[in-house]
Amino acid sequence: MALLIEGGHIIDPGRFNATGDLVIDEGKIVAIGRGVKIPPGAARVSAAGRLVVPGFVDLHVHFREPGYEYKETIQSGAASAVAGGFTTVCCMPNTNPVNDNQAITEFILERARAARLANVLPIGAITKGSEGKELAEIGDLRRAGCVAISDDGKPVMNSLVMRRAMEYALAFDIPVIDHCEDLHLAEGGCMNEGLISTELGLPGIPAAAEDVMVARNVSLAELTGARLHLAHISTAGSVRMVREAKSRGLRVTAEACPHHFMLTEEVVRGFNTLAKMNPPLRTWQDVQAIKDGLRDGTIDVIATDHAPHATQEKQQGFTEAPFGIVGLETALPLTLALVEEGILSLESAVEKLSAAPARVFSLAKGTLQPGADADVAIIDPQAQWEVDPGKFRSKSRNTPFAGWKVKGLVMTTIVGGRVVFEAAGSA
Amino acid sequence: MSLKRKDLLSLAPLSAEEIKLILETADSFKEVTGREIKKVPALRGRTVVNLFFEPSTRTRTSFELAAKRLSADVINFSPSSSSVVKGETLLDTARNIEAMQADIIVLRHSSAGAAETLARGVKSSVINAGDGWHEHPTQALLDLYTIRERGLSFQGLRVAIVGDVSHSRVARSNIHALTKLGAEVRVVGPPTMIPMGIDKLGAKAFYNLDDALRGVQVIMMLRLQLERQGRALFPTIREYARLYGLTAERVKMAEPGAIVMHPGPINRGVEIAPEVADSLSSVILDQVANGVAVRMGILYLMSGAN
Amino acid sequence: MSEIPIKASMTPNRQQERLVMEAGDMTRAMTRIAHEILERNKGVKDLGLVGIRTGGVHLAHRLVRRIQDIEGVAVPIGELDITLYRDDLSLRKEQPVLRKTSVPFDISGKIIVLVDDVLFTGRTIRAAMDGLIDLGRPAEIQLAVMVDRGHRQLPIKATYIGKNIPTSRDENIQVMLEEAGEDDRVVILKGVKEMER
Repeated sequence: MALLIEGGHIIDPGRFNATGDLVIDEGKIVAIGRGVKIPPGAARVSAAGRLVVPGFVDLHVHFREPGYEYKETIQSGAASAVAGGFTTVCCMPNTNPVNDNQAITEFILERARAARLANVLPIGAITKGSEGKELAEIGDLRRAGCVAISDDGKPVMNSLVMRRAMEYALAFDIPVIDHCEDLHLAEGGCMNEGLISTELGLPGIPAAAEDVMVARNVSLAELTGARLHLAHISTAGSVRMVREAKSRGLRVTAEACPHHFMLTEEVVRGFNTLAKMNPPLRTWQDVQAIKDGLRDGTIDVIATDHAPHATQEKQQGFTEAPFGIVGLETALPLTLALVEEGILSLESAVEKLSAAPARVFSLAKGTLQPGADADVAIIDPQAQWEVDPGKFRSKSRNTPFAGWKVKGLVMTTIVGGRVVFEAAGSA
Repeated sequence: MSLKRKDLLSLAPLSAEEIKLILETADSFKEVTGREIKKVPALRGRTVVNLFFEPSTRTRTSFELAAKRLSADVINFSPSSSSVVKGETLLDTARNIEAMQADIIVLRHSSAGAAETLARGVKSSVINAGDGWHEHPTQALLDLYTIRERGLSFQGLRVAIVGDVSHSRVARSNIHALTKLGAEVRVVGPPTMIPMGIDKLGAKAFYNLDDALRGVQVIMMLRLQLERQGRALFPTIREYARLYGLTAERVKMAEPGAIVMHPGPINRGVEIAPEVADSLSSVILDQVANGVAVRMGILYLMSGAN
Repeated sequence: MSEIPIKASMTPNRQQERLVMEAGDMTRAMTRIAHEILERNKGVKDLGLVGIRTGGVHLAHRLVRRIQDIEGVAVPIGELDITLYRDDLSLRKEQPVLRKTSVPFDISGKIIVLVDDVLFTGRTIRAAMDGLIDLGRPAEIQLAVMVDRGHRQLPIKATYIGKNIPTSRDENIQVMLEEAGEDDRVVILKGVKEMER
C-alpha cells in the first residue's frame, strides 16, 4: 500500500528544502514535492510542523554480536538505531570473533534481516583478528557484503601493513577506516592528557597520539591514492591536517561524534566513567576546531561510535571501566543543537547525518529522490524531551547525557517503506 | 567549626580553615600519644576497616594504631593485589564490610578514583589512604603537621617537591594543601616526570634541582619507583641520582635550617643520600610519629553520627 | 539576694539574666574553698589542681593563687579537656572541637582537686575522672565547684562548693569570669538550653 507523507518540511540535502509531500510505494520513493500525484488508496500521514528527511546513515556503530550479546545484539542495536532516526548503520568488526571473514559478515547480515528494522551493513576487518599483522581476506569480505574495512577499536600500528591495506583496498574501491591512535604514545591512558588528567592523577592520552596517526594516514593516502576515512576525529590538529589534505585533493574523509562537539574533558571530573571513551573528550579548543571543521566541510560526516557497555562494567574504577558510550538515540538532538548555535544550517545538519555518510561509503542511501529506497525519518524539531537511558531501545544505558533536556525528537522512522518506529503518543 | 564531610577523598575541596582544624585537632592527639596510657575512649564501639588493595605496612599500621588508640575496633582486609581487581569486586567487598556495620573504611587502591567510587556506593565514611597517582590526603596532612611542628608558618613558605611528580599522589595532595595555606610550591624533576599543567595547580616547575633549592625552607623528596625505569622516563638510576638526588651539598644550597622530608620508604643513595636521611635536618621519623596523631585526629573528626 | 540593674553588654544572646552571685561573693567563696582544701588535706603536700576546660581552668588558676597567698607554695596545676571522654560523642552529628589537655606534672600518688565552674548532671565530672585516670593513678580525687545546681544524673558529689543554687531544669546557670572578658558574676539565664554538665 502506498504511503503519502503530507505537508512536512522536506529536506533532501542538495535537492529539496521546502514544505511538500512525499509519496512512498513498494518500498521506494515515488514522488517528492508540491502538488504530487497521490496514488489511489494511499495511506496518509500528516507531517505538518515536522521535518521529513532521509533516514540517517551512521558510519560507525558497535553492535556486539557475535560475542558480547549482553551489551547489545544486532536486533537491539537496530531497534536503537531506528528510534534515533537511523535507517542504515555500519557496524564495526571488533566482535568476538572479529569479523574478518565471510561467515561472520553473512551472520551479521542474516541477523539484521531477521530483525527487520534498520539496514545493518558490516564493516570488515583490515587484518586477521584485527591483530594488525596480516591482511584479512578483503576481497571476500567485500563480496560477502562489507562496505568498508577497519580494525576499529585499535589502530593499524604498522605503517607498512596500513600501506598494503590501502593499496589492496583500491581493487575493491572501498574506504579504509583507521582509528587514529599511536598506542605507544597513548601508553594505556584513559582520558585526555592535560590539566584534568594531571589533577586527577589519571594516565593521559595526549592529542599528539591521534595527530601523529592522522599525519601518517594522510601521507599513506597520498602515496597510495586510497580512500581514507578517519574515524571519530577529536583534536584541532586532526581537523587542521584533514583540511590541508582536502585542499590538496586527497581522497580523505573524516567523521566526528556528537560527544566531541558537545563535551570537554571537564565532564570526567569526579572520575565519571560515563565520560570515558576513546578518543577521549578533549579541551575547549579542540571542540571549537571540530565545530569549525563541521561548518567548513572539513568534517564530512557525523557518526555516533555507538559503543554499548553493561552498567556494571561502567561502575568499575575509572582506569578499569571500558571505553565508550551509546549514541544512536541522542545524535539527532545534539546535532540540532549545532543548528541552534548557528554552526550548521538545518539542511547541512541533515546532510551530515544522511547524504554525506552515504556518499563517503558509496551507499545508495541518504536521499529522497524518486527511485531511492524509502528510508525516511519524520522529526519534530521543536519537541523538548529529557534523555532517559531507562527508556532507550538499546540494551545498554551508558550515556553522559542522562538527564539532559534536549530538543528534536524522531517521531516516525520508515525503512524500505515500512514503519519500523513510532514515538509514543505520535499521531 | 567542624568537618562536615562524609568522606576524606582528596584535599582539593578542603578549605584552609578545614585543614587548620585537622592540624589543631591533631595537637590533642599528639599529646595523647605522649602519655603512658596512649588511649582515649572517643571511638569506643566504632568499627574501622582498613581495606588495602595495595600492600602497605607503614600506612596501614599507622591507621590501625590510630584507630586502636581511639578505642575503636579495627579490621584489616587485604584482598589479593596480584590480580587486577575489578571495580565490582571493590564495591561488592565494600558492601559486605558495610553490612558488618563498619563506620569508617580506610581504602588504599592502585586505581585513581577508587576511593570516590567506593564512597558513592557505601554509607560508611571513606578515608582515601592512597588511590593510584591521585591523592594521599592523610600523608600530606601529616607532612603539614610536621612542618608546623618545626615552628614554620605556611604563608610564603617555600617548599620544593622533588622527584616523580607525575606519578605521585603525595605530591598532588601536598600541592593542594600547601597552596591553600599560602605556601609557594616548587616541583622539581626531569621534564618526563613533571605533568602537563602542574602550574595551574599552583606549583612552579623546575628541571634543575640546584636552582630550585635556593631559598627553600622545606625539601620534600619523593621516592623514585625503580620499576619505572623501563618506561623511558629516565635513562638510568645513576643519572637520576646525580641530577636529582639530595646530597648534603645540595641541602646547603637551601635556606639554613631547611628541613628534609620523605614519605618513605626511602631509596638510600638514590633520591636521598644516607647521611642526609640521618641528619638533623631530616624530619622523616617525625613524619611517621605524627602520622598516628594526625590520623587519630582525622578519624575523630570523621566519626560523627552519619 | 539584692537585685542589681542589668547592664547593657551582658550575655551573648541578651537573655534576661538573674544575678545569683556577684564578684564579691565569688571572691569570698574562692577564699573559703582554698582554706577548706588546705584544712582537709592538711596542707599542700602531694596536692595538685586540675581545671576542667573551659570554665574550670580559670577558677583553678585563681585557687592556686589563693593557696599561694595563704601557704606561700605554688601548687602544680593542669588543664584537662574532657571532650574525648564524653559519653555522647557517638550521638553527635559533628564532633566537638578539641582543646588541648596539658597536665605537666605526674598525678600518680597525688591528691588531685578537679575544679569546674558548675556541677549539674555529673557527666562532665565522670568524663574528667576517666580522663585523669588515663593520665596516671591519683591517690585521691576531690572536686571543687563554684556552683552546685542539683539535678544529678550520676552518683557524683562535690567536695568543695562555692554556693548551692537550686534551679529548674530549663534554667541555665553561667559563671562569668574576667579572664573570659566578662564581669565576674554568676547568673541564671531563662530558656537557654545548655550542654548537660
